[in-house]
Amino acid sequence: MSANGKQKGWKDVPIGGLILEAGSSDKYETGDWRTYRPVWDQEKCRHCMICWIYCPDSSILVREGKVVGIDYKHCKGCGICAHECPAKCIDMRLETELEAGEAEGAGAGARCCAKSGGEAGGK
Amino acid sequence: MSKRVAITGNEAVAQAMRQINPDVVAAYPITPQTEIVQIFSTFVADGNVDTEFVTVESEHSAMSATIGASAAGARAMTATSSQGLALMWEMLYIAAGLRLPIVAPVVNRALSAPINIHCDHSDTMGARDSGWVQIYSENAQEAYDNLIQAVRIAEHADVQIPAMVCMDGFIVSHGMENAELLDDHVVRSFVGQRTPRHSLLDVDNPATFGALDFADWYFEHRRQLADAQTYVKGVVLDVAKEFAKISGRNYGLFESYRLDDAELAVVVLNSAAGTAKAVVDDLRQQGMKAGLLKIRLFRPFPHDEIVAALAGKKAIAVLDRADGLSTMGGPVFVDVRSAMYDAPGPKMVNYIYGLGGRDVDTEQIAGVYWDLARIAETGKVTSPVTYLGVRE
Ligand code: SF4
Ligand code: SF4
Repeated sequence: MSANGKQKGWKDVPIGGLILEAGSSDKYETGDWRTYRPVWDQEKCRHCMICWIYCPDSSILVREGKVVGIDYKHCKGCGICAHECPAKCIDMRLETELEAGEAEGAGAGARCCAKSGGEAGGK
Repeated sequence: MSKRVAITGNEAVAQAMRQINPDVVAAYPITPQTEIVQIFSTFVADGNVDTEFVTVESEHSAMSATIGASAAGARAMTATSSQGLALMWEMLYIAAGLRLPIVAPVVNRALSAPINIHCDHSDTMGARDSGWVQIYSENAQEAYDNLIQAVRIAEHADVQIPAMVCMDGFIVSHGMENAELLDDHVVRSFVGQRTPRHSLLDVDNPATFGALDFADWYFEHRRQLADAQTYVKGVVLDVAKEFAKISGRNYGLFESYRLDDAELAVVVLNSAAGTAKAVVDDLRQQGMKAGLLKIRLFRPFPHDEIVAALAGKKAIAVLDRADGLSTMGGPVFVDVRSAMYDAPGPKMVNYIYGLGGRDVDTEQIAGVYWDLARIAETGKVTSPVTYLGVRE
């Protein structure tokens, strides 16, 4: 509710920490808590949807019955998807290593943009 | 028609709960509170109330279930004492922080160790900074009246804070007294229906309760809770005015007993106030200008009004039935003396009394007034904090 940078005061918000908007957690980006990043291998994926069922953060992005990527803005890196995937096509990799590689290669800031853009519809 | 009955404090409170007819009661037994929910459960079994009665495995769960019910939009109550209140500890703060107007009678009992089942106020004093409204009751009549009023106070649109109504374990909870119970329909129309602004079961207006609140908003939400406390005393007085119309009984933020022209004052809460009133009458006959201030609303603390009532006294003794263990007196003393800093004048002393159910008698309280007389005369305080009635 609060990551949007608006500087409202205590008189401007609902009491008791209530959030009166449904689905607002989508706007609160929590992906940077992650230590390990699930890296999905599109080639090996059978689209069985097991990862989608198990993911506790609704971070497996699906479109028209197919996995299309991982929502790194909300994925916490728990590794459940990788553990459950029968095709072993999700690899848990250290964020620090990936970030170091990204900083060298594509430049810093790529970390949270690794998901395929605008694919939230299947959540 | 209201009726006058011989009744214990626990019975009176259970009757008040029957008349309030809450949607949900979740409770766990603990002496000396057990009777309240035990009697109330018979009302549930006999179909005298519409309440969903939830038996739980601990007080922590009792308060948790009450919180859940209240967030769902129910008028929810529980009751407890001592260790039970201590076990509710983390949930007390959550109830207040989520702004859920839960009402709970608390029957005051000492905290372990050593283990003890009798009255003192260490249980509710430990919860005094939890954000709950705290109302103290001298006798069964007040416990009954306060509980009914607490529903209106807690649920008031400007307040939305849980409230506990305290009475002394055994002395009041199990002592038989003469009290007047109001008509069922009078109480039901007085408390009315709870109309929550937001609730979990209102699916057309979804709301999230208890979301994560980090450094970016937590402070603002705590500031709101502090602001709501400032409305409580006005609401307490308004509700008392309305309650007087249905009961003929008048309540304030505190009771002043022969205080106006008094030079020596004692401040006390709950049942010891009854004993102290007898002492005041006696000392007045002997020519001493003795008076009493019995605090009813302790949280939030009505400091302005208490200062106004005590300003100009020569000496004041605050009686605490709980020890703050800070080496500078009990919790009531600390608050009263802090408030009086803005109205310097009276010498102030503290007496810790009655711990673990130790009786306090008229002779001891008279001794306090005589100490005050000496202090007023000499201007000297030799013992700022005294343990009254402890064996040396
Ligand atoms: S690592 Fe955990 S949170 Fe991230 S996509 Fe896999 S299951 Fe979901
Ligand atoms: S569990 Fe593995 S194979 Fe199945 S959809 Fe997920 S990534 Fe693809």
